[in-house]
Amino acid sequence: MLLGISIGALSIPFSTIIEIFLAQIGIASKHPIPDNLVQIVLAIRLPRVVLAFFVGAALSLAGAAFQGLLKNPLADPYTLGVSSGASVGAVLVLFFHWQIPFFSTFTLPVVSVAFGIATLFLVLLFARKVDRRLSIETIILTGIIFSAFFSALISLMIALSGEELRQVIGWLMGSVAMRGWNYTLMIAPFFLIGSVLLIANLRELNAFAFGEAVAAHIGVDVAKRKLAILIGASLLTGAAVAVSGAIGFVGLVVPHMVRLVIGPNHRLLLPLSLLYGGAFLVLADLAARTIISPRELPIGVITALIGAPLFAYLFFKRKT
Amino acid sequence: MSKMLRVKELSYRYGTKQVLHRVSFAVEQGEFFGILGPNGSGKTTLLKLLSKELPLQEGETMLNNMPLTSFSRKQLARTVAVLPQSVDAAFGYTVKETVELGRYAHQHGLLPKWTEEDERAVQEALEKTGLLAKQQQPIDQLSGGERQRVYLARALAQEPKLLLLDEPTNHMDIAQQVRLLDELKQWTNEKRLTVVAIFHDLHLASLYCDRLLLLHEGRVVTSGTPSELMEETTIERVFHVAVRRQAHPALPAPLVTFLPHVEHMSEGLASITVTTTSEQLVITTKKPFKVLSSAVVGAGFQWARYFVNRHVPKQYTSSDPEAEMKQYLRERSFDVQQTIGMMTAVYVEDAAFVYEKDSGVSLCVMVTAGVGNAVDVTKAWQQNASSSVGTINTMIFIDGTLTDAAFVQAVMTATEAKTKALCDEGVLDPATNTIATGTSTDCIAIAASQTGIEYAYAGSATALGKAIGRAVYEATINALRNYEKRKGERR
Repeated sequence: MLLGISIGALSIPFSTIIEIFLAQIGIASKHPIPDNLVQIVLAIRLPRVVLAFFVGAALSLAGAAFQGLLKNPLADPYTLGVSSGASVGAVLVLFFHWQIPFFSTFTLPVVSVAFGIATLFLVLLFARKVDRRLSIETIILTGIIFSAFFSALISLMIALSGEELRQVIGWLMGSVAMRGWNYTLMIAPFFLIGSVLLIANLRELNAFAFGEAVAAHIGVDVAKRKLAILIGASLLTGAAVAVSGAIGFVGLVVPHMVRLVIGPNHRLLLPLSLLYGGAFLVLADLAARTIISPRELPIGVITALIGAPLFAYLFFKRKT
Repeated sequence: MSKMLRVKELSYRYGTKQVLHRVSFAVEQGEFFGILGPNGSGKTTLLKLLSKELPLQEGETMLNNMPLTSFSRKQLARTVAVLPQSVDAAFGYTVKETVELGRYAHQHGLLPKWTEEDERAVQEALEKTGLLAKQQQPIDQLSGGERQRVYLARALAQEPKLLLLDEPTNHMDIAQQVRLLDELKQWTNEKRLTVVAIFHDLHLASLYCDRLLLLHEGRVVTSGTPSELMEETTIERVFHVAVRRQAHPALPAPLVTFLPHVEHMSEGLASITVTTTSEQLVITTKKPFKVLSSAVVGAGFQWARYFVNRHVPKQYTSSDPEAEMKQYLRERSFDVQQTIGMMTAVYVEDAAFVYEKDSGVSLCVMVTAGVGNAVDVTKAWQQNASSSVGTINTMIFIDGTLTDAAFVQAVMTATEAKTKALCDEGVLDPATNTIATGTSTDCIAIAASQTGIEYAYAGSATALGKAIGRAVYEATINALRNYEKRKGERR
């Protein structure tokens, strides 16, 4: 994280950053720090890094949970259509400048999350109608159908809106740039609730890995726990999409990488996916804004560029 | 004893299809209870209702006198553990991690602590299933049978009072099946664990279960002890296969075996060939005959194609005649499993044969007789037993199907005929000077083709009995005369 704050258009040494932090909590430094540096660190770099961490952690955690619950190695917020659904919600909010009275600034994540959850249930309902066993292929195909449909909806809205939706397009590309502290605050409560919901269902996720029947046999309240996990994962996804747009591959790659190293036990898998997912996105964001500096790459490009080959390599190594 | 499980008037339907129809039964604590029935008879549905995997539709299921519906999932899992027919192997979990899941219902709170009690239960379950050494292995690297044991260990880690098993020995080889069932049986005895298990194998079910429930098309056909239930007619009606019930060779349990539907053509006795050399007389049949014999090799009931009457010197001794005889047979390329082997000091060229074809009975008798050891069995208690090589060997070949009773009666009838022949020939017991009834080590074999005419009995009142009596008498007399003749020549 220090690295993420330090490097940028203007490099700031670690020592200075630490001094800035110390200054914030009342320990004054010996030599004065330039005001513009303090501004960059506290108002631009730090919120950006924290946000990247939250988004990465949320997507990885959600991916790990979806994969465990659906016993589907290809499941993640994107393949299931949850992200697309959440995107539709977010675009609608930005498009109509909705403001739900009670939620005020939280309107965006709340609507995103709601759309994400609704999409998930639609996908699962539809998949169940097609194939009672809810096989891996059925779920993924259903997810793709819904994703495609929602992407078309978003394109339609952009086409209809004209110039003023540049904001939406920028948002859609997926970025954690220039969001400021309010976005970080926006995701925080959802991230907290979603993580707690999932972490509290660690053992149930392990049980679900052996099938719902087995989970029921050992005493898991299947319907209740499944709902809790799906809602928890959707909360994380919806909130992440709301603040950063569509960043792919994190939810698929990070849990797999962690699983290959420490095994499938969710007791370790969930917390480590959270940490590694966060760190992964911080580094990806770092790469996105430094590689072709001073211009920035969309962060989704970086995650896919790093994620896909790494995933292919690990997958290949495992097979042989 | 308290009723662990009570099922009353239980019915279940999938859509319009009635799968269970007013099923009632009760299982006591510590019982090993088996559920049997053909595919589609509702066994698995019944078990799923007992594990609450399916909702109760009609009827009553009581566990420890409480309705099953009043238990929460967790409460139920502390009393009832289930081993399903197949489990999706979760990729990468180790044996121990899998077994640890069994402790779920015993843990409380949001992030519960792993207690010493939990660890003890897991280790005990691993030990009982012989998986202690494999606990760190990923389960996808285990064989199907081992994996089934892992899931059993998981069920045992729940420390249940009632264990529900759906064909627990699926995917297992015979040794694993027997070991698993032995263990389960032991736990029902030691820990008062109650087991309710679906069986596919009638055999295993009748060996291990205290009581059985037989389902057919969703209804209870009958329930009771294996001995009561394993009626040939009941099994044939429910499973639509021909079966024969027998006694288990070592246990007081019924043994049910299936009869494959094969056309048996009666070839009569024409296919029998006899080859005689100075060292042995060999009778070969084209198809195996069912044999009841007291021979050195192949005693008891046996299916055999080779009948060897081997000549041995008078001084023959061996500490283990059976092994020695088997060695002899192997050296001469006989299939020992399909051979009846007898010994005699008599020259086998002196064997007497009688064919009987009258009165619809087709049989052939071979007798070699020597009476050096002739004994009056009613006075035998006065003498020291001498066990030199025996000397009236009788082989009877019958074209027909004999019941077990007929086999035993054939032995009796043949023995009586032999004794009468000795009497009429005036053979004396040299020690007592009374008429001898046989020799000290006589041997007999009754061989039947088990095709064609059925003979329920072979006593002297039956056609078969009469034929045996006459043929054995005649053959024994002829054999005795051949023996006497050779004795005379040698003098």
